[in-house]
Amino acid sequence: MPKRTDIQSILVIGAGPIIIGQACEFDYSGTQAVKALKGEGYRVILVNSNPATIMTDPELADATYVEPITPAVVARIIEKERPDAVLPTMGGQTALNTALALAKDGTLEKFGVQMIGADAHAIEKAEDRLKFRDAMDAIGLESPRSAIAHTLDDALKALDHVGLPTIIRPSFTMGGTGGGIAYNREEFTRIVLGGLEASPTTEVLIEESVLGWKEYEMEVVRDKADNCIIICSIENIDPMGTHTGDSITVAPALTLTDKEYQIMRNASIAVLREIGVETGGSNVQFAVNPEDGRLVVIEMNPRVSRSSALASKATGFPIAKVAALLAVGYTLDEIQNDITGVTPASFEPTIDYVVTKIPRFAFEKFKGADNSLGTAMKSVGEVMAIGRSIHESLQKALRGLETGLTGLDEPEGFANASKGEILAALAKRVPDRLLIAAHALRVGIVPAEVTRVSHYDPWFVERLAEIIAAEELVRTSGLPGDLRPLKAMGFSDARLAKLAGVSEMEVRGARHAQGVRPVFKRIDTCAAEFESQTPYMYSTYAGTECEAEPTGKRKIAILGGGPNRIGQGIEFDYCCCHAAFALDEAGFETIMVNCNPETVSTDYDTSDRLYFEPLTAEDVLELLHVEMQAGTLEGVIVQFGGQTPLKLARALEAAGVPILGTSPDAIDLAEDRERFAALVDQLQLKQPAGGIARSREEAIEVAERIGYPVLMRPSYVLGGRAMEIVETTANLETYIETAVRVSGDSPVLIDRYLRDAIEVDVDALCDGEQVYVAGVMQHIEEAGVHSGDSACSLPPYSLPADIIAEIKRQAAVLARALSVRGLMNIQFAVKDGEVYLIEVNPRASRTVPFVAKAQGRPYAKIAARVMAGEMLSAFELAPRGTGHVSVKEAVFPFARFPGSDPVLSPEMKSTGEVMGIDSDFAMAFAKSQLGAGVQLPMSGKVFISVKDSDKPFILEAARGLETMGFELVGTRGTAEWLKEHGGVTVSVINKVLEGQPHIVDAIVDGQIALVFNTTEGVQSLKDSESIRMAAWSRKVPIFTTAAASDASVKAIAALKARPMEVRTLQEHHGMEPVVV
Amino acid sequence: MAEDTRLRQPHGATGVLVLGDGTVFWGQGVGAEGEAVGELCFNTAMTGYQEVMTDPSYAGQIINFTFPHIGNVGANLEDIEGPNPHALGCVMAEPITAPSSFRSQQGFSEWLANWGRIGLSGVDTRAITRRIRKAGAPNAVIAHNRDGVFDLAALQAKAAGWLGLEGLDLAKEVSSTQMWAWDGGPWKLGEGYAPGDLPDDAPHVVAIDYGIKRAILRQLVDAGAKVTVVPATATFDEIMALNPDGLFLSNGPGDPAATGVYAVPTIQKWLATKKPLFGICLGHQMLGLAVGAKTVKMHQGHRGANHPVKRLEDGKVEITSMNHGFTVDADTLPGNVRATHVSLFDQTLCGLELVDQMAFSVQHHPEASPGPQDSYYLFKRFVEGLR
Repeated sequence: MPKRTDIQSILVIGAGPIIIGQACEFDYSGTQAVKALKGEGYRVILVNSNPATIMTDPELADATYVEPITPAVVARIIEKERPDAVLPTMGGQTALNTALALAKDGTLEKFGVQMIGADAHAIEKAEDRLKFRDAMDAIGLESPRSAIAHTLDDALKALDHVGLPTIIRPSFTMGGTGGGIAYNREEFTRIVLGGLEASPTTEVLIEESVLGWKEYEMEVVRDKADNCIIICSIENIDPMGTHTGDSITVAPALTLTDKEYQIMRNASIAVLREIGVETGGSNVQFAVNPEDGRLVVIEMNPRVSRSSALASKATGFPIAKVAALLAVGYTLDEIQNDITGVTPASFEPTIDYVVTKIPRFAFEKFKGADNSLGTAMKSVGEVMAIGRSIHESLQKALRGLETGLTGLDEPEGFANASKGEILAALAKRVPDRLLIAAHALRVGIVPAEVTRVSHYDPWFVERLAEIIAAEELVRTSGLPGDLRPLKAMGFSDARLAKLAGVSEMEVRGARHAQGVRPVFKRIDTCAAEFESQTPYMYSTYAGTECEAEPTGKRKIAILGGGPNRIGQGIEFDYCCCHAAFALDEAGFETIMVNCNPETVSTDYDTSDRLYFEPLTAEDVLELLHVEMQAGTLEGVIVQFGGQTPLKLARALEAAGVPILGTSPDAIDLAEDRERFAALVDQLQLKQPAGGIARSREEAIEVAERIGYPVLMRPSYVLGGRAMEIVETTANLETYIETAVRVSGDSPVLIDRYLRDAIEVDVDALCDGEQVYVAGVMQHIEEAGVHSGDSACSLPPYSLPADIIAEIKRQAAVLARALSVRGLMNIQFAVKDGEVYLIEVNPRASRTVPFVAKAQGRPYAKIAARVMAGEMLSAFELAPRGTGHVSVKEAVFPFARFPGSDPVLSPEMKSTGEVMGIDSDFAMAFAKSQLGAGVQLPMSGKVFISVKDSDKPFILEAARGLETMGFELVGTRGTAEWLKEHGGVTVSVINKVLEGQPHIVDAIVDGQIALVFNTTEGVQSLKDSESIRMAAWSRKVPIFTTAAASDASVKAIAALKARPMEVRTLQEHHGMEPVVV
Repeated sequence: MAEDTRLRQPHGATGVLVLGDGTVFWGQGVGAEGEAVGELCFNTAMTGYQEVMTDPSYAGQIINFTFPHIGNVGANLEDIEGPNPHALGCVMAEPITAPSSFRSQQGFSEWLANWGRIGLSGVDTRAITRRIRKAGAPNAVIAHNRDGVFDLAALQAKAAGWLGLEGLDLAKEVSSTQMWAWDGGPWKLGEGYAPGDLPDDAPHVVAIDYGIKRAILRQLVDAGAKVTVVPATATFDEIMALNPDGLFLSNGPGDPAATGVYAVPTIQKWLATKKPLFGICLGHQMLGLAVGAKTVKMHQGHRGANHPVKRLEDGKVEITSMNHGFTVDADTLPGNVRATHVSLFDQTLCGLELVDQMAFSVQHHPEASPGPQDSYYLFKRFVEGLR
């Protein structure tokens, strides 16, 4: 069946900002979809508010809207563009919900837009719990048994049907208050009575507990001819109870007989048919009772997902690309398998290796948050690794996580723990659970006991035990004469070094002397049954035949950023992808190295050759060793993937690998406090007073010398990890005790904190001679809030021209002094008309994609070519369009971490960002808020409580609000000041400490529409924590700086003055419509 | 050189695979000790190793499993396709582990040893698969000796001296020697195999056993047929004496041309009765030969559980289990026979039917076990045609 010709234009909805549970996997899928649909000749219209995505590159879609993804905004886009169809399955839950809302409110029908991929009916059936359960009943598949009860009698009757253990959930209580798990009738009675009492409707849901059951996922693809194929089965090592996104998973399923697997396969296909997913990819989740194999359906996602991205990378089958083609009418047998080039996409990939995925968490950034894992996802990224055995795959994944692990390292805090303590810890669902299980085995707890407590399948526990046994042998007997068996189990040189008490270099030397090196195998969808056309590879020591076949070309390797984390995410992957695209255009063979399955960089289509490998010195050196056996390795790009590859620069250089672009020494100079200070002096630039401390005493001495408040941070970190403003010596001591270990190896940096300074971010390019300042971004939040967490405006919205000129001058001086070749990012603070240099990073920064989208120039691409030897003069650099303002806003995961203070600080906490672009700052800021999910109120009550120094700044905002008809309430001090100095009427409300009813009561009651709350000093910060928490939990917009509060009032005024218009990037930049 | 170092026995090697051309793969022996000679083929299924090992079609073959972890779920008394394993042995990347499955009754190593089958682990199985892809399925000897004592020259001579599957009539060797009735139904989770519960007037199928898989018998019963199994060499008269409503031709090992010598005349006589016929795998090849088509040996064969087959009547794709090294040449089909299914991997013929009577066959395994069950409908179609 050929593709549909009754539709000519298709709207693709993206996923918006990176948030927990919705990360760059949707850029991967959306990019594939847009490319595939354009390749078929359709006009593709795209909406995505996330500027750091590849899919929003203006060359990709025909019309690219970087606009908020809300039903109202998307309706405007539909009205303007009149697409024939909308594809809602590529942008996660955001796209699905938006499309569903547009179907329900009649927009799609009004403009004659068809939903393709999944229709509203199917989406609803899959998303609505009750409808889904009914659908499963209809096809004879079990769901966890459940019943609703209003009395204890009802509940006891239901128990006969549901069975113990039982989960009791009271209806309409916050966060599951009053519920619990009952293991016997007595507990059941007690919890039900409590639950009925807690529920305002005297209602409890009684549900069969499947906690501890085995959890599986099936990735299914269906076409319109009802051909169904399973792309991949995934088995969760963490059993039911931990969100699959937070679980360690393996592919394929490893502990099922064929008969059980086929039951699951048939069930998955039946689910797709019943839900009515006409075409495309879906994910179906099952729980299986390990005692008897009983299988229940947990849920299904009628769209591509994080798991489908994982399945695509795990098998080589591009689910999103195929799903996009199926959505326009192709059938699976009409689509070719890119990897073999000779077989169709209508088959089931079979793999001959084991894939392990491990989530990466960020609890350390959210003080006070409970680190237990449950049904709500909390991880911020993931690593995937491939090996020829579970041992190799798992150990590669552990070191690829980049959390300091070299393998199954001893978990922290268990050095002197008793067996009982270890087992108690193992019983909890926490991020380190696998390491605790391994440690339990290490101290002699038998595998059966570990299985009993953790509910890991015994098969996995036995494999852990094998690794631990091998470790113990090395610990007691040292390195063996033949390292291959250990390497085949996935041990890193670093881990072996630790176990044997030697250095990593000694292990590597011994290994090379033995001739023990990895071979590279291909990921080919077919277990070598057919020849593979795509060099998509992984390393293994369990094999003799190497399939790398390096070419004789001129080649450049690009090292990616590894798993996403706060501070290092999609922006760096964007840069790596652009390097690959640009160097390919320049005629080089591009080699990508990365281990993050969510990314575009690990799409085999992005580079010429892809190594799916951990980003450690050992792994990278081994693959480069193979690549260097043929052709010319021109160099390696380490400056685009964030800190991860930068950390490898020295090791690569030492091994004789050429590093492209800015030299590692210059990078080091910029990071090295003392060397850098000398350079700044020599250039006669200004830095806030500061110093470096290698001990507690030194830290106190430095802080007292430069004067409080000071900004403290460890060296060599990204995302402001453990960065804090410290006001007193007492605070400083606490910081040193709790936040960082200060040692000679990792000193802390101490700077004078410039209070209320304006922070400015600059991205520049340099070819060693010429410098081009691509973007000067004025932060909206003042210095002291991490730059990744600040909103910023490009161009600056209030900086005087002479200051901007001075900033540009300083940037150019620095770039030349550091001999930058490529990108560089500089942070300045402006206070009282003086420009202070805060930080220089001669590498790609988080803001590069934002600047590129705002100015319409692919700066990362240009930088990559400059690194490969071209001069800036060869490129068009000036912004394409100038009649607009772009605002970047950060997006925060506070709602996922109850118990932690949702406050902005020098430590970065945001997971992603959105861009608002419009003709003026106010509307661009309004769009950035809407894109970030902040619904600015058009009326209602505004609470204002600001620190003394902010009071003059907030006055204009308060007046504005009053003029627009808002009612103002404030704490006594703020209210009186505003009345006295501005004649603004503000009614007084109690602070929390002043007794009830107070401001938190008002927020919880829904009386407050907007909060402006700025604080100063530790005590005041602590006092206002409950205000921030209440605002976050009730989704009340809250601004914690005066500048952002002021901007929000300007935005509200703009929204009241005129309708929000939508424009494409192509229109903003005056670009010709792209011709295919 | 690489070949030389491979000849040198690594420390601790207790098993070896020696190809006819002298290539040697060392590893750890598991299961039974001894040696066996046969054709080395690969199977790409990720589940169902026990079903594969017991499939009579694998007689005379050593299976190189492409999935590295084999044996995870142990062995049980249910997941068997014949009364005993037929494959000579298996080659695996990783050591066999203790089983983890509520269904397991025995470890896979013990099971192999019990049945006298040789296993070899610690081998670069992907290298073997690639070799087979490039050079075809070689003859090989698999050997296991706990003391690691091997006479490589003798093993190579044995592999080189083996005549290969071509011309070999293995069906006769694995077939039942007597006729027997079958009435067991398919497997259900929590219930095991269903007992036969057929009405007296159920249609009667005679199944010629060239090496029949039990899943086929169970699917015939599930579709509503009584089944009598007869030996491969059963004559037309012996079959007709059972008063069958339909004839089934089973799967089986070896060269179809060799089996065809005695099978074809019987089938041709049956076709003359115009009564329904259904064949699978070797049975498909027998029907092909009986109508005058030719069979040819394939380069590497199809063995796995992910093979797409297109049903030509409506273009639907079925994902199937396959295990065959010979194929019916589509170009040799006579005028009264049409192709019904084709492999989407290499366009080889996967199904045929006679245009003027109900006689059809497929090259793949609709009974699955192991593998996807997309093609179960063929059993229903056949048995409904008998009523």
